[in-house]
Amino acid sequence: MWSGDYRFLISNLVMRDFKVRYRNMSLGVFWSLLNPLVMMGVLTFVFTQIFPNPSIKNFPLFALCGLIPFNFFAITWISATTSLVDNANLVKRVSVPRQAFPIAAVFSSCIHLCVQIALLLSLVITFGRGFNIYWLWLPAIWGLEVVFVCGLGLMFSAMNVYIRDMQYVVESCNMILFWLVPIFYFTVPERYYEIYQYNPITALVVALRDILLDGKAPPATLLYKLTFVSFAALTLGSAVFGRMKRGFYDHL
Amino acid sequence: MPFIEFLNVSKTFSRHKKRMLLRSHFQVLLQELHKDRFYALKDVSFKIRQGENVAIVGANGAGKTTLLSLTVGLAVPDHGRIAVSGKIVGLLELGSGFHPDLTGKENVFLNAALLGLSKKKCEDAFDRIVEFSEIGDFIDEPLRTYSNGMIMRLAFSVAVNVEPDFFVVDEVLAVGDQSFQEKCFEKIAELKSDGRSLICVSHSAGIVRQLCERALWLDHGELLVDGKTEDVLKMNEGHCVSRTKAST
Repeated sequence: MWSGDYRFLISNLVMRDFKVRYRNMSLGVFWSLLNPLVMMGVLTFVFTQIFPNPSIKNFPLFALCGLIPFNFFAITWISATTSLVDNANLVKRVSVPRQAFPIAAVFSSCIHLCVQIALLLSLVITFGRGFNIYWLWLPAIWGLEVVFVCGLGLMFSAMNVYIRDMQYVVESCNMILFWLVPIFYFTVPERYYEIYQYNPITALVVALRDILLDGKAPPATLLYKLTFVSFAALTLGSAVFGRMKRGFYDHL
Repeated sequence: MPFIEFLNVSKTFSRHKKRMLLRSHFQVLLQELHKDRFYALKDVSFKIRQGENVAIVGANGAGKTTLLSLTVGLAVPDHGRIAVSGKIVGLLELGSGFHPDLTGKENVFLNAALLGLSKKKCEDAFDRIVEFSEIGDFIDEPLRTYSNGMIMRLAFSVAVNVEPDFFVVDEVLAVGDQSFQEKCFEKIAELKSDGRSLICVSHSAGIVRQLCERALWLDHGELLVDGKTEDVLKMNEGHCVSRTKAST
């Protein structure tokens, strides 16, 4: 029924989120950098002064490789989940494709992500080992992460229309994930390692550290699993969304 | 040729509003909470062809907005079928999708994108939209500085410039001042002569008479009469008079 321009629509929705958020902030994009830097400082203090772990070199960069993917995932998942309810007036009044709202929420987050990745890479160049050929993997693994979040976002935004408690479920999951993703630790016992690799955020963190800190290619099994889980999430998310969208008008 | 056809369409809504909570989903599972539904539309059939201007009249709660929402494709009918060919653009609420912190220009682009305009077409139409809306220099000011009338003019200008086959409007024509209203009517007449249609809901008999040659009268979700505007309005007025008499 709607025969418009998808890219123009998404870019306008992303632009709206971005401009509305920053027009009322004097420091603007700086806020995107502040949060990971503060967390990095706190974690570095705790794990070099209180519980020192000598096996991890260059702890600040190590922590940042965990924090940036995790923050991106947590913030994007929650904002995509609430996107349909937040835009209820549009969903009920304008016949745009409903997928546009969670997808636009994901891409709005990607703007902040780009700023944070730029910070990470410049810190690696300044204080770490600098550029290496494996950096070429970075767009692919970040891209897979975005695919994964799009899948989750589609699924949970649709469910949040029917059950408004869903956003609190997501918040709790994020709390749990903060501990289950190796943000400030390194080694996972052998018997859990296989399962750990199936978590796309863990996979991204591990791959980032391999590439940026150790200068080696991420293991192939990890990449297979990341690809598989990401596209499985997108397929499932689209299917759930497609089934549920018929009832959005009645439930918003 | 573009058309809109409703075939025995019914739409029901659930009466209890608490279903959004997890708690009530469990309740439904556990004790089979009986589903209390009411008909917003009941067995409605009609066909609108290209170039016809049709008004939908009826009392509050008669199902007019539901009918428009189904036409635009926002809601899905419970029974029956809706067949549509051609491009439909709906203006179901004054400035839905407008954001107060964005400038008029940014809102025009956002709104045009929501209504399905491509980037190129939007850039081409932008000057026309601003000119038609008579916003002038305010176009670069944030929308929260606008008056209601200005927002309405901007919303209407964007929507008519999408050039739909069917332009669906819910009771928003009454907002602008006299001269802008006349301009809107002229534009609608122009669209009609291009073979485009207006489908509108209005409580103002004057507007309905001026714009539409055909009217559908809805009452409690049922299509009572479908006919010439003049006849339908007469019957509707007669009905209202008799209802007021009965209540006194």
